[in-house]
Amino acid sequence: MKSDNKIEELMEGLFNKDKRALSRIITMVESDKPEYYSILKEIYGHTGKAYRIGITGPPGAGKSTLVNILAKQIKDRGNEVGIVAVDPTSPFTGGALLGDRIRMTGLLKDPHIFMRSMASRGSTGGIARTTTHVADVMDAYGFDVIIIETVGVGQLELDVAGAVDTTVVVLVPEAGSSIQAMKAGLIEIADIFAINKADREGAETLKFELQDALSLMPAIKNKGWDLPVKLTVALDGTGIKELVDTIYTHKTHLEDTDHLNTSRMNQKKVNIIEIMKHRIENQLWLNPELEPTLKRLSNLSMEGKIDPFTAANTFLKSAKVLNVNIDASFLHK
Amino acid sequence: MEKIKVLVAKPGLDGHDRGAKVVARALRDAGIEVIYTGLHQTPEMIAEAALQEDVNFVALSILSGAHMTIFPRVLDKLREKGIDDIVLTGGGIIPADDMKTLHEMGVGKLFGPGTSLEEIVNYFQETSKKKEVVVS
Repeated sequence: MKSDNKIEELMEGLFNKDKRALSRIITMVESDKPEYYSILKEIYGHTGKAYRIGITGPPGAGKSTLVNILAKQIKDRGNEVGIVAVDPTSPFTGGALLGDRIRMTGLLKDPHIFMRSMASRGSTGGIARTTTHVADVMDAYGFDVIIIETVGVGQLELDVAGAVDTTVVVLVPEAGSSIQAMKAGLIEIADIFAINKADREGAETLKFELQDALSLMPAIKNKGWDLPVKLTVALDGTGIKELVDTIYTHKTHLEDTDHLNTSRMNQKKVNIIEIMKHRIENQLWLNPELEPTLKRLSNLSMEGKIDPFTAANTFLKSAKVLNVNIDASFLHK
Repeated sequence: MEKIKVLVAKPGLDGHDRGAKVVARALRDAGIEVIYTGLHQTPEMIAEAALQEDVNFVALSILSGAHMTIFPRVLDKLREKGIDDIVLTGGGIIPADDMKTLHEMGVGKLFGPGTSLEEIVNYFQETSKKKEVVVS
């Protein structure tokens, strides 16, 4: 009973724009607390108003510094801005050192900007499994714009594209030679490119190379949108106004062409799939029978009595994850 | 599963952050989520970051001798924001008498030079098990 009251209090706080309530609810989401499901039910009707921007790119490209200045400028255009910045969790210790705040300390003095660090907690797609849900909570709180900053990515950590409306891929001038290799993956999810640290040598060259590479690629994400390549220096603000303008132009393009609806529909789909995946995985990994069964199956496999496919199906069936017609009786002999 | 979250902050003008970084890494290696703020934080900024990140601990590193000013101010700012369940702790060059005074004000355990990382990590883990409320 007591916890029910607490949830009601927290939700009331959320709608009254109490940052502490917001912060608390985010922790519940991140920790996968069952109370969150009842909260989500109540607040979900209040989501969908915020425009979501994803900032992704390799480590050291200047994503955090860029987010810092983007947030300020977007706020100056009359918006409340929520930021979720993801940094990697150590797969060995489960710990994480979240350093995105170092580049964003100026934002702490601004009551219209809220920034939350998130550890990836086992996810390998560039954002955490619950990042979208955290963005939903921020959306319900009433932020007009939500910026999601990914961990430093390589070529295939692309989950952010399924979580936001506009994806900005941040590169540095030195990325030139790797453009070829990047033709698949990271480049395909961009709606806008920002070549940051553009005061360094090679920025213009990269811009031309990139535009050249893009001209040979069919538009993958949204047709009728020529992928812009912008030069920025996040540290001194060069090119940032143009970048914000371009984000707004993309937003208008999505709205005018009905692509926003398609993109949002896709976001919902990704969301549901991710939840199902997580549920199924939990059913697997949290099953107390898993370890002993795996041991038995690997032994049988070692002895050549069972192939790995049959072994996997056998376990999935006995764990009631998969409904296949297979005789699992030998497991219990 | 709820993780232990710690905000490691360097308040004031003191720019010696090696200690803060070493401790931050040790905590990370112990499976804790550490948010590092960087240098030159004001008490207001530290309290606001603690609120936005919903941390269990705020750990200050102070080597400038300003601990008797900064710890109480951060405590005040946390209380002003209605945060009553965060443990404020830290380390630096802090004389034993001052540690005692600060503890009486509501500050958690403070660590001086020569403390082992193990001792520090243990403190965070043990204290979060107890869910001790220090700032009240």
